[in-house]
Amino acid sequence: MMAFYVFAAIAVVASLLVIAQRNPIYSVLLLIASFGALSGLYVLLDAPFVAVIQIIVYAGAIMVLFLFVVMLLNAPHEDTDYDERVHPLLRPGPMRLGAVLAAALAVELWWALTRTGDSGRFPAGAVASVRAIGRSLFTDYAFPFEVTSILILVAMVGAVLLARREGRG
Amino acid sequence: MVPLNYYLVLSAMLFAIGTAGVFVRRNLITILLSVEIMLNAVNLTFVAFGRALGSGDGQIIVFFVMTVAAAEAAVGLAIVIGLFRHRESLNPDSWTVLKW
Amino acid sequence: MTPLLVAQIVLTLFVFFMLLNSAAVMVYVERKVAAFLQQRLGPYLVGPRGMLQPLADVVKLMFKEELRPRAADPLLFALAPIISATAAFAAFAVVPFGADTTLFGLLKEPLRLQVADVNVAILVIFAIASMGVYGIVLAGWSSNSKYSLLGGLRSSAQMISYELSYGTAIASVLLVANSMSLSDIVNRQAGAWFGVIPRWFFFLQPVGFLIFMTAGIAETNRAPFDFPEAEQELVAGYHTEYSSMSFAMFFLAEYINMVTVSAVATDLFLGGWHGPLLPESFGWIWFLLKVAALLFFYVWMRWTLPRYRYDQLMAFGWKVLLPLSVVNLLVTAAGVLYFGV
Repeated sequence: MMAFYVFAAIAVVASLLVIAQRNPIYSVLLLIASFGALSGLYVLLDAPFVAVIQIIVYAGAIMVLFLFVVMLLNAPHEDTDYDERVHPLLRPGPMRLGAVLAAALAVELWWALTRTGDSGRFPAGAVASVRAIGRSLFTDYAFPFEVTSILILVAMVGAVLLARREGRG
Repeated sequence: MVPLNYYLVLSAMLFAIGTAGVFVRRNLITILLSVEIMLNAVNLTFVAFGRALGSGDGQIIVFFVMTVAAAEAAVGLAIVIGLFRHRESLNPDSWTVLKW
Repeated sequence: MTPLLVAQIVLTLFVFFMLLNSAAVMVYVERKVAAFLQQRLGPYLVGPRGMLQPLADVVKLMFKEELRPRAADPLLFALAPIISATAAFAAFAVVPFGADTTLFGLLKEPLRLQVADVNVAILVIFAIASMGVYGIVLAGWSSNSKYSLLGGLRSSAQMISYELSYGTAIASVLLVANSMSLSDIVNRQAGAWFGVIPRWFFFLQPVGFLIFMTAGIAETNRAPFDFPEAEQELVAGYHTEYSSMSFAMFFLAEYINMVTVSAVATDLFLGGWHGPLLPESFGWIWFLLKVAALLFFYVWMRWTLPRYRYDQLMAFGWKVLLPLSVVNLLVTAAGVLYFGV
């Protein structure tokens, strides 16, 4: 119980800070913290494989890619003069429409959180093991699996091609 | 064990935060990070429902979502690098005119 | 507070303490072995045969002035060595180092000599190794200096490139062992064929072992793959601007990563704590001997082989080691299908 609240709090706070930070490097690091908390939530949901894959793929690979790009571009702040003085979340656009939407969201959340009623308890003992997932991945879902590998190949080739400097004949 | 609704509400909150980030921030990289937050919120929903229905399909779909997210992040960042080379700026408002 | 719980807490503290000690011992061993390989004496002044040299080193490092460049980002500068050291220690939490023991009859149920027994232990080690990259990247970036940034980026690019071969070599062992829990994998290596050749996975996967050790050396940034922290090339790479205890943390993290890679290699390929003469409850002695042999191999490699240049290093990782590890995986899969494990 406590573990859920701790992980959920970390995930939400870290995500809020991600969109509130000016410096992209801090945003990336906070997002890694959020992913760590989500990984903990997956462990609570009896999905250890997904939890570890989340750390390996998201926190360990995708975020390293983001970090590399941020360091390579070396553009730590949003760059017009106006942006330097006012915090991103306090500019006119977000303040007007955003405040309305945030209020609507808060009302909806309060409504959702107070209606716990028949809330769907998790059935005990019906857990898919890693072995079962692997088997199903290679039998029922074999076609999407192979297509995914081609997708990654296409993405790799595309990323290398798009990021090349022009004039390399 | 926490009821399923709690996980769904958490996922909705994370998704809303991600969406807010995409709309509000004027920095390409932060926008991509907010998209990743949204994808993670969806992953959490899938795993929670997979557990509630006692099937492994939730985790398998998460596997595919993660792979697609990785591919999309790679290509998105390559595009950002290419754009940055031309305009030296990460502000999406720099590209409102369709000419170099 | 059952006796088992107390024993587990003591075990956790014991593992932490022993890892710290192992780093200190490794400092001494490295300098002595390097010296003997180069036909000189090494440290011999402090204590008998120089054995108190690590103590002198630690005291010196503690008393050095802690510097921080003015342009460095203070939060990240302080965070980077913490991440490195934490990842190094955390990876050892799922490595089993001995058979279940009842501590000579003191406990009623056997205590597993592993801090956390997880069914996906191998993936956890891999995940924590991925997190260790951040310590180096952040150290390079936050120091705000040319040498550090270059060293940090190169070092982390090297680590993530060799992680692929590392993982594929592990996957080949998983195919043969049919389980992801390290304790299960070690227990499958008990016994011997024809009573003589031990049932280690090293004999079933020799290429896998070589790939694992090579990728492990590259992952821990040790020679011959230590271009990013080579003194002649980049001053000291990503830890140029660090001094005193922060430097000690990076140093510590590097040695403990070496110990972890050796321990995991022992569990996966060399039969863990199983050995001929001693009874099961003293298996940890065999474990120590095997890990010590692998650590000697590490030090030997460092002081024997010339350093790879960075582009040669990356070409080797992507164009030689990765295809080799994939072919190894395919051949292993074919073997498992044909012979049936």
